[in-house]
Amino acid sequence: MTGAPVDDVRASIDAVWRIESARVVAALARLHGDLGLAEETAQEALVAALEQWPRDGIPRNPAAWLMTTGRRRAIDRIRREVNLREKVAVLASDLDDHDDPYDEADSRLDDQIGDDMLRLIFTACHPALSTEARIALTLKTVAGLSTAEIARAFLSTESTIAQRIVRAKRTLSARRVGFAAPTAEELPERLPPVLSVIYLIFNEGYAASSGDDWFRPELCRDALRLGRMLCNLLPNESDVFALTALMEFQASRLAARTTRDGQPILLLDQNRALWDRLSITRGLRSLQRVRELGGTRTSYALQAAIAAQHARAATAEDTDWVAIAALYETLAETAPSPIVELNRAVALGMAYGPQAGLDLVDQLRDFPELERYHLLPSVRGDLLARLGRDAEAADEFRRAAELAGNDQERALSLSRARALES
Amino acid sequence: MRVLACMMGNEESEANVLPPPELFEAMGRFNEELVKDGVLLAADGLTPTSAGAKVKWTGSGPTVIDGPFTEAKEVVAGFWIVEVSSLAEAEERFKRCPCGEGAEIQLRPIQEAEDFADAMSEETRRRAEELQARIR
Repeated sequence: MTGAPVDDVRASIDAVWRIESARVVAALARLHGDLGLAEETAQEALVAALEQWPRDGIPRNPAAWLMTTGRRRAIDRIRREVNLREKVAVLASDLDDHDDPYDEADSRLDDQIGDDMLRLIFTACHPALSTEARIALTLKTVAGLSTAEIARAFLSTESTIAQRIVRAKRTLSARRVGFAAPTAEELPERLPPVLSVIYLIFNEGYAASSGDDWFRPELCRDALRLGRMLCNLLPNESDVFALTALMEFQASRLAARTTRDGQPILLLDQNRALWDRLSITRGLRSLQRVRELGGTRTSYALQAAIAAQHARAATAEDTDWVAIAALYETLAETAPSPIVELNRAVALGMAYGPQAGLDLVDQLRDFPELERYHLLPSVRGDLLARLGRDAEAADEFRRAAELAGNDQERALSLSRARALES
Repeated sequence: MRVLACMMGNEESEANVLPPPELFEAMGRFNEELVKDGVLLAADGLTPTSAGAKVKWTGSGPTVIDGPFTEAKEVVAGFWIVEVSSLAEAEERFKRCPCGEGAEIQLRPIQEAEDFADAMSEETRRRAEELQARIR
């Protein structure tokens, strides 16, 4: 066999895995009540596919093939554990009863899939795990990323990520975290950590915390896919739609956020022709659903509503800053934080003139959280410059340059300081 | 990456013969899977070319030609836009589309902004972008 067809089969298997892995892991976890065992046996099934499919061809129903192979591996494992003999008998007879286990497994997959996916997402984002572990486990089991892909996305090593996942599964087993979707009563408490994991994944892609690339769009797209999945699974939870709307709006700007040599372009300077209209339309539709469900006052919903105001403005000059300032005011009441206040100051400055913004910024200088935050002097410098107080503004920009996290932002602040002094 | 999947037409789609209910249902299930997995961004069917028109440019400028036009199998009868991790993933997904013999779906990755980066001079690019900003 020549090289190309083998590569083709390999690409197909990767694609099948990306499509099917979450379903397979979820269904196996339901059968065995253990996410760790499910994940491992699903992996073993993948290895078996990599051996057999290039030789025998891709089966007509790959999901059912992976599912049945995974079940057999799980049964083999359990068989080795004496104290679980009874469970084996049940599972084995269950499997042997049917002439075509692939079709049987498949039809059962269909009935349960919604519940299983929900359980999978909530188990992977379980509060018993650290944030890093939740992120790694979600990307691995729900989004179907390989350990290598996760490591690349988070600029970590494969062994670190692998260890993190092993430890997470061990924690879930040790704490006897069952594999169960939350009940209606549990949902309000369990949903926020799930949403925050998805948003953390998105943000790591949108504003990478380290590394050469300012953002990694693939990670944004993975998070969006998770958000859209969750919208389908929980169609009456307004905050799921709010978060998804927020991510759609932010993702719509991905192509416009940097110059060709990778320097950041601020929101108001972006070329709006490069904003993705399809993402914006989807974001507006999600936000409409939030309104229908009556959840417009949560933090995600307000952030999404602010992003929608920018998305609706055909040019930066068309931005409705009065509406944005009002939304920030509600956000400051709902989810107060110094960063929200700083953003509100910017909006006030745009809506009601620089003095209105400066009055608020001056109240923020005592917040310890903002003491070393470069955007505080940067915003203050901007407002002072607009008031014609050039010397003070230049001082602020030099202070912003001192605190800037990366070279590009430092250079930008210094050049603004110099421009005011000349 | 985003992929535009075009369902190519046939005599029936051009004659506006609607598919039987079973096929509608099967197609609905196929689309539902795409939604469940969070990959479907948009999808729609198109009316026959007899209900459309084309604007064609010749030496003397644009002319409008009313439908029907072109061989049935050369026109698009419907489309999906999906967001997937690779073209291979799009291939795997559309292999599962409930189609009969003779059907054809073209998978066309959508250009990303960076794909254009080197094709135009900075000036051309800027002007094109300004123009686009005005029409949107």
